[in-house]
Amino acid sequence: MTTQTPSSPNREPGFLHQSVASFGKGLIDVVSTLGGVATLGLDVFRWAVRPPFRLTNLFAQLDFVGVGSIFIVGLTGTFTGMVFALQTSTAFALFDAESLVGPTVALTLTRELAAVFSALMVTMRAGSAMCTELGTMRVTEQVDALETMAVNPVQYLLVPRVLAGLFMVPALTMLFNTTGMAGSYLVAVGALGISPGTFLSRTQQWLAPADIYEGLVKGAVFGLAVALICCFKGYNASGGAKGVGQATTEAMVASALSIFILDFILGLMWH
Amino acid sequence: MAAQESTRAGSGPAASTTPMIEIVDLHKTFGETKVLTGINLKVPAGSTCVILGGSGSGKTVLMKHMIGLLKPDSGKVIIDGEDIVPMSVRGLQQVRNKFGMVFQAAALFDSMTVFENVAFPLREHTKDSEDVIHQKVRARLDLMGLKPAVEDKFPADLSGGMRKRVGLARATILGPKIVLYDEPTTGLDPITTDYVDDMILAAQKGLGVTSVVISHDIASAFNVADQIAFLSKGVIVENGPPDQVRESQHPAVKVFLQTWFGKN
Repeated sequence: MTTQTPSSPNREPGFLHQSVASFGKGLIDVVSTLGGVATLGLDVFRWAVRPPFRLTNLFAQLDFVGVGSIFIVGLTGTFTGMVFALQTSTAFALFDAESLVGPTVALTLTRELAAVFSALMVTMRAGSAMCTELGTMRVTEQVDALETMAVNPVQYLLVPRVLAGLFMVPALTMLFNTTGMAGSYLVAVGALGISPGTFLSRTQQWLAPADIYEGLVKGAVFGLAVALICCFKGYNASGGAKGVGQATTEAMVASALSIFILDFILGLMWH
Repeated sequence: MAAQESTRAGSGPAASTTPMIEIVDLHKTFGETKVLTGINLKVPAGSTCVILGGSGSGKTVLMKHMIGLLKPDSGKVIIDGEDIVPMSVRGLQQVRNKFGMVFQAAALFDSMTVFENVAFPLREHTKDSEDVIHQKVRARLDLMGLKPAVEDKFPADLSGGMRKRVGLARATILGPKIVLYDEPTTGLDPITTDYVDDMILAAQKGLGVTSVVISHDIASAFNVADQIAFLSKGVIVENGPPDQVRESQHPAVKVFLQTWFGKN
């Protein structure tokens, strides 16, 4: 083992050096992924409008992403609404304003939480499966096999998945709104003793269609982003089972981050 | 083995001198690594060409250029008279209709049954009714020696040899002019290897296709080839009928072939 002086050119890089290098690498990865996702997005929409239109594949993905997520999104919505009603009622009780529980829950769900939570649920349930399936197809040469059979893999594999994300996350957002409000009604009226008339009339008074539209638009954007990111990571996976696992992890992290970042950007734009 | 070679070499029934595949001065680099450094190769229509070479010699990269899965840095890939290098994605799709490809691990769609895998090209590229598709798939599986009971199985339930046969059935169901085989005998036992060799010969004789096989299995190569091209360090260093390649004085070819002929 050789002793190195502080001036040795071969000394270990310091903490600052490593931190900057790590930040730089992360930044390059983010920019590279953004560029790749954007390019893939353009490719997907170019192939989406070209025949042949494989409706069977599209319906299979709508079923997988949407229908398959109904239970988990419904359950998450119900409990989110219940918890929200419970917490807000405690806070509002401090200044005798429990009648605002309904509208508060309604506005929070419709504008923000329903879209964000639905997209997160779809990411965990369907996005991970999309990424793993595409990654496995890539590393086992099934994607190459499609190309050799003169079938465009972007059109065959990616278009139905991305469209399913785009269409089904808003639908699930609406489901989340409904079950979330039902959950909050149950807790507010059933357990906390708020009058049903007060709960419903105040909610109706404060909630506008624009609030619901905001959530639905966010849901569509999140669904598109999540599907594109998961497809991009899976489609470009390499390195066998380990590579597929790594791609799926990266897809989950990137999808979750993109949901929160896009939520903020869309919130700013909307208001 | 020797008897098989003597009857086999240069015996392609439909072989002609017109090249179905012509590679001209092909170069390909990945990052800093030069993989192909000036490949020239002609494969006559109706013949079987085996591209031999060690691991990492660039065989798979060369094959992927033939079907347009990779674009070269420079050079031409002429398929049935057309240079496919400058072609658009749509143009390439037209050319790929002339090909069938059998992958090393078969690359069957694991979400589909055997029947659905073999029927896939028919459903994508023809307007055949389901009855006609069923008949064609059944006939092709029969040709590959696969029983009807296999139709409903998924690829995960098949042995390696059966997967290769299903892969060949899928690759040839549309009657392609060219079939590419990527390491068809790797990882198979000797009996199954013989079966796969017979399958390649049957495809050439029965269907009249031009075949390109990439392999490092010397016995299998000399069993099926009309022409052997030996790839080393990104260039073809020997090219000709099996008997000619066997007598090659090129050091890389001699060392490679000694691993088999030195022992037999």
